Amino acid sequence: MLYYTIQRVGLALLICIVAMTAMFSLVYVIPGDPASIALGPRATPEMRQALAARMGLDRPVPIQIVNFFGNVLSGDLGVDVWSNRSVATSVFESLPYTLALAAAGLGWSVLVGIPLGCYSAARRNSLLDKLSGVLSVGAISMPSFVVAIYSLLLFAVTLGWLPAIGAGEPGQPLDQLGHLILPALAVGLGWVGYLARLVRASMLEVLGEPHIRTARSFGLPERMIVFRYALRIAVLPTVTLLGTGVGSLLSSAVFAEIVFNRPGIGQLVLGAVNTRNYPVVMGAVLVTVGLFTLCTLIADLLVAAYDPRIRAGL
Amino acid sequence: MIPASAPASERAATRLARRILHDPIGLFGLVLVLIVVCSGLFADWIAPYDPLKLAVRERMADPSMSHLLGTDQLGRDILSRVIKGSQIALLVGLSATLLSLLGGLLLGLLAGYGPRWLDNLLLLLFDAVHAFPVIMLALAVITLFGPSLVTVLLVVVTVTVPRYARLVRTSTLSIKHAEFILAERALGARAPRILLHHIVPNAIGPLLIIASMDIPVVITLEAGLSFLGLGVPPPAPSWGRLLNEGYSFIRDTPWIVIGGGLPLIVTTLGFTFLGETLRDLLDPKLRKAL
Repeated sequence: MLYYTIQRVGLALLICIVAMTAMFSLVYVIPGDPASIALGPRATPEMRQALAARMGLDRPVPIQIVNFFGNVLSGDLGVDVWSNRSVATSVFESLPYTLALAAAGLGWSVLVGIPLGCYSAARRNSLLDKLSGVLSVGAISMPSFVVAIYSLLLFAVTLGWLPAIGAGEPGQPLDQLGHLILPALAVGLGWVGYLARLVRASMLEVLGEPHIRTARSFGLPERMIVFRYALRIAVLPTVTLLGTGVGSLLSSAVFAEIVFNRPGIGQLVLGAVNTRNYPVVMGAVLVTVGLFTLCTLIADLLVAAYDPRIRAGL
Repeated sequence: MIPASAPASERAATRLARRILHDPIGLFGLVLVLIVVCSGLFADWIAPYDPLKLAVRERMADPSMSHLLGTDQLGRDILSRVIKGSQIALLVGLSATLLSLLGGLLLGLLAGYGPRWLDNLLLLLFDAVHAFPVIMLALAVITLFGPSLVTVLLVVVTVTVPRYARLVRTSTLSIKHAEFILAERALGARAPRILLHHIVPNAIGPLLIIASMDIPVVITLEAGLSFLGLGVPPPAPSWGRLLNEGYSFIRDTPWIVIGGGLPLIVTTLGFTFLGETLRDLLDPKLRKAL
């Protein structure tokens, strides 16, 4: 396990380094430099030079790279071109909103999707199984931002049941919860489908194994077999999927934030894109890449700790 | 892969078509896809109005017999914009998928058949691309390159190529050391011949299935970026653009967002249902791999 952990952590670090280098060097692929991009075509050469000097772009490229990695390691993601605020502060202020939304979306989809998958597998080919199969595919393929806009239209604008925009008053948990429901619905809907399908497939496989047959022959109730014995094994692919799925989860959270006008990484980055504020975009991207890589790593390690076949590379 | 004679493959095609028609889900998907494709192909004939023509007097009209889905804030007919939008969606979906297919095939062959160090390097790069949440990568690229159709294509290709390349790499590795390849090499065949005659035909089947299932994903990504105002620039009536413009008027004129979202749902559902049916019929092995 130790060897596997070291190997896996090393790979994750390497991936982060490559991703960071790519983000950094992307700047040099384009014609012009970040300073002139931020200032737009009407900037005077003096303005451009002043901004370039402030962003450290006037130094030689190797020094820029070393500085960049050094800064990132010490938690400094650079400064906002316009407001001169630290990018790290902005990013870590908005991150909790995005994480709360992603967790809420994932939470309800796990609570609904996994039992649905178990039930479908236990009652294979029943009406509910077939229905949930078709609905799952539908839910997976539906674009999350369309779900977000339609649910905003239906539940907030037309029916007026839930608040439409914002994240609620700080310090009022009930208000904040009310503001979280619709975005979480949009973020999680596709995941219900994913989880139901994945759990159903792996559950069907597990239910055919000898130890389940033994449990059956002992006369254990079916409910106990499915939820106590089979689910423990059938849930493993789900853990891997959740790890690799954090990326798409973040993507749909970004869209939900923009549709429901919630503060978060999505709002922060979209605003920065529109003002061509590359340091903010890059900082936010780096943080999400780190977060995503960390989640994948944790999921892999969890699965390996649980299933010795994986660390042996079987 | 066994080379099939022409009549046999024709028979297989009719058999496949019959099986799709007998599967209710597959048939439903096929019908939806046909609707989208037809409205894309014949947009200029079926659209009741010019999708770009302004009629400020009739702005924000409710649906009526003359404007089935109403009009937008500039008086443009929404139904016509939706129909014309399917051209953009299909153009982006097909061209991006084709480019990614070619790129993935090339890189996959390089990784699978090339030297070991190149394989490792490419795998690391694929992993690095995979470490970006798609939308974040897209936003970063758009900040630098500015929103345009080319940028959207660039993002889509960057994101999808690694997946295809991995698939091709796996199937290359699986037959690289097969005896018939060794025999070919012993007969003096060079790498290009082996790749083109044996490895590519083996890899192309599953690749095509996966890529065709990605078409709705690509269309969704383009629409998503256009919804953020960062995709295909106006006045092109992309579906995402409709959502973007309609979003500001969602309280008074919900027709615009309804009109922008419906075709997206139809397209993704259609392609997904059809793709799943095709995949199950053509290659049952893939069902587990996904």
